[in-house]
Amino acid sequence: MAAPLSARVKTWFLDSAHYGTIALFALFAAFPFLWMVITTFKETNDLLDTENNPFLYNMPPTMENLRVLFQDTLFPQWVWNTAWVGVAVVVVTLLLAVPAGYALARLSGRWAQHLAIAIFLTYLVPPTILFIPFARVIGNLGLQDSLWSLVLVYPSFAVPFCTWLLMGFFKAIPRDLEEAAMIDGLSRFGAFLRVVVPVSTAGILTVVIFAFTLVMQEFIYALTFVTAASKLTLSVGVPTFLVRGDVYFWGSLMGACAISSIPIAIVYNLFVNRFVAGFTVGAIK
Amino acid sequence: MTPPQDAGTAAMAIAPRRFFGRLIDSEEWLGRAMIGPAVIYIVLLVGFPFLLALFYSVSNITVGSAATKYVGFHNFKMIMENPSFWVALKNTFIFTIVSQVIVLVLAKILAMALMKDFRGKWFVRFLILLPWVAPVSLGAIGWLWIFDSIYSIINWTGRALGIFGPDVWPIWLGQPVLAMASIITVHVWRMLPLATVIVLAGLSSIPHDIHDAAQVDGAGFWRRLFQITIPLVLPILMVAMLFGIVFTSTDMVVVYVLTRGGPYDSTHVLASQAFFTGIEGGDLAEGAAIALFLFPILVAVAIGFLTVARRSEVT
Repeated sequence: MAAPLSARVKTWFLDSAHYGTIALFALFAAFPFLWMVITTFKETNDLLDTENNPFLYNMPPTMENLRVLFQDTLFPQWVWNTAWVGVAVVVVTLLLAVPAGYALARLSGRWAQHLAIAIFLTYLVPPTILFIPFARVIGNLGLQDSLWSLVLVYPSFAVPFCTWLLMGFFKAIPRDLEEAAMIDGLSRFGAFLRVVVPVSTAGILTVVIFAFTLVMQEFIYALTFVTAASKLTLSVGVPTFLVRGDVYFWGSLMGACAISSIPIAIVYNLFVNRFVAGFTVGAIK
Repeated sequence: MTPPQDAGTAAMAIAPRRFFGRLIDSEEWLGRAMIGPAVIYIVLLVGFPFLLALFYSVSNITVGSAATKYVGFHNFKMIMENPSFWVALKNTFIFTIVSQVIVLVLAKILAMALMKDFRGKWFVRFLILLPWVAPVSLGAIGWLWIFDSIYSIINWTGRALGIFGPDVWPIWLGQPVLAMASIITVHVWRMLPLATVIVLAGLSSIPHDIHDAAQVDGAGFWRRLFQITIPLVLPILMVAMLFGIVFTSTDMVVVYVLTRGGPYDSTHVLASQAFFTGIEGGDLAEGAAIALFLFPILVAVAIGFLTVARRSEVT
């Protein structure tokens, strides 16, 4: 009698430890975003009254902060700029990285292996080392305060990573597939375009999402190249132009952060398994 | 009359097609043509500016100047004489090492907790991934509000629960030690998701038989952890750490948003100091020199980790 009971207590204990651990981690990860959402809908007077319980709505929720954000600030313009740069960079990245990833995965001689490692190693030359010379180069090209400067430079970190990811995806496709197509009369390049690319849609989509999130994340180049408020992207516009001196419009600021973060995270979540698979295959094999 | 002419035009039409056809069929040339554009782009936009950075660091270039001349190691000497550089160098090491150690331990725990199936797992995974996917500058703004000197939710909760006495009111970003702890917290928060998914991928690739066999042989939890699990996920762990170190040690966003290097320049890292010197201060040469200090560190780390990863993969 005692043994099953103690076993049950032990399972119960292990289960609650398991759920407790997960709950703690989830809280740590998500709390800042929860806090952003709560803050967004609060009256400024409610936020700034230290007597109030900050977890509760002591005054009725308001849309005022979001109205200010969309009507009185450049936030909509930054959303548009980010989307525009993101799409342009994704297109450039795909045009460069898809063929390169395939070449590294299939048409391999010794040089391909060395090239793959060389491309991986460009990660050791991060934007932090390059932004100072780029500041001068972009100036000389007359691209300061232009979104084109970002379209030109952003693929420099997206292409190596995406080539690496795509190499992993292409390696996972059986060779027989192209070989059958080539026996049927297609050239190697034809087989790549008509057979390999269509079956890799999921992998390519993963790279699209990934390149787009890299663009959304980027901070240092945009901060260096662009000073005109109307040409900024979200990641720089929100932290620099929604904060004026010491005056923080916390409601609008938190609204901007929540709106810019959560939708992309939902999309990314759908692709994360493929992303990890490509990442680890590429890195280990 | 017509047949020879026909043959002639036909041959001429076929010749170029054959030429390109052969080019396309030649694997070697096709490979070069497919990878060429990416390589040229990377050489122009990573290799060339890197050489420029090397050149700037031994010149006297500024934002406004037209003429630049070679000044040898003058910039490096100037930097080393500046005590705030040493603070930034030390901070870069502290932020990177401390946050990576914490991230690795937490990622291992979290990944093991996520190995089991439970209801609502997809939602938990979504929550845990949020900090990695959200733009880090915006996540850091969220933390700026959490760490606010007057309205900090941490302080309010601490006071309400009686953890903080009536005289305790930490100014998270205004005291050097607390500011550093805050920056490390945000780095951990930000890097944990990526490390967790990578470790999780490594854990799920271990065949169940191995664990079962070990359990039958009487190996306990800790023994299995240190003698089976950790050695088997080591290569993947190394890759995760390499990326973590590269991302953390070259990042300036968290410092820029949270403290701008303050209080009293105590939280600058090399990246943020390079920015404030080179771009805000206009001294491109000295900024380039500061940023370049990161490079040998990264190379050493990469060589070390890749060697370990390769070696542990063979055994």
